[in-house]
Amino acid sequence: MKRPRLKEIVINRDWCKGCGLCIHFCPHCVLEEDAEGKAWAAHPERCTCCRLCELQCPELATEIIIEE
Amino acid sequence: MGTRDFIRERFFPHMWCPGCGHGTVLNCLIRAVESLGLDKSQIVMASGIGCSARISGYVDFHSLHTLHGRALAFATGVKFSQPALTLIVPMGDGDALAIGGNHFIHAARRNIDVTAIVMNNRTYGMTGGQYSPMSLMGDCGTTAPMGTLERPFDAVKLATAAGATFVARTTTYHAREGISILKRAIAHKGFSMVEFLSQCPTQYGRRNGLADAPSMLEYFKTHTVPIGSEKAQEDPNILERGIFVDEDRPEYCESYAAMVQKMAPSSGDGGAL
Repeated sequence: MKRPRLKEIVINRDWCKGCGLCIHFCPHCVLEEDAEGKAWAAHPERCTCCRLCELQCPELATEIIIEE
Repeated sequence: MGTRDFIRERFFPHMWCPGCGHGTVLNCLIRAVESLGLDKSQIVMASGIGCSARISGYVDFHSLHTLHGRALAFATGVKFSQPALTLIVPMGDGDALAIGGNHFIHAARRNIDVTAIVMNNRTYGMTGGQYSPMSLMGDCGTTAPMGTLERPFDAVKLATAAGATFVARTTTYHAREGISILKRAIAHKGFSMVEFLSQCPTQYGRRNGLADAPSMLEYFKTHTVPIGSEKAQEDPNILERGIFVDEDRPEYCESYAAMVQKMAPSSGDGGAL
């Protein structure tokens, strides 16, 4: 199977409450906290599209968009 | 369809606290429903009272927000009158096993085709963090400031003993496993019980040395193991995860339909009665 390629990491800032789960558990430290304590994709180039952040997000705020 | 088609976006962001595991259960549930290819107009979600019960307001299914502990009774009524519908009943640990303990064991005993999701955060979060029948011995709560002296229920053993034909446990850390277990539970014909260990950092975590969501998920990661692992035998604080029971037994609505069929007048003899 072809390895998925990341198109975009979308984080809905209106829904994110800054719980920090995605930042803590990302295996490649892609996400970081911004000035408001919410998650943002600081290093999208490291993302392997494992989608752990998307599946664990309690706010349903994170979406990993993969290139078709 | 995407996951957004299964939620009522107008109510987001939801009312749960930052890092609440119930949001992850919702996340896993809609992905399970999406992956099963179910028609959302054929799904009914009945819930009781508590933080967990608010999940029924966020899903774009038919939803019933009912009495504390009585969601399974309402679900039984819906399923009995419309057996073609898929019934999902999310409950908190107190809602399922304290207030609704009797409904829980009898729904399991009847083997009615309902999927019960016990979102176990080991506390009564909405009312301020009182200890629940799932709080572990020694856990602190507002009603147990020095730690509770009571032994918790084991939801898996309870559901198994009561006769549930599908019994499983997972956690919000193991989201991928959670989705696959929920898929199996919803597809199962008969009473399914999934215990979903869920974090309540606000009311449970802060009182028990796990003040944020990441530390609570780290706890789930280190204190649960797949079924059969030796670690669980050696340490009573480690819980097993996975599918404990998956068996076929006559489902209640089907048995009832068969009874009706048996009693219906057949041509020629004027009926069995």
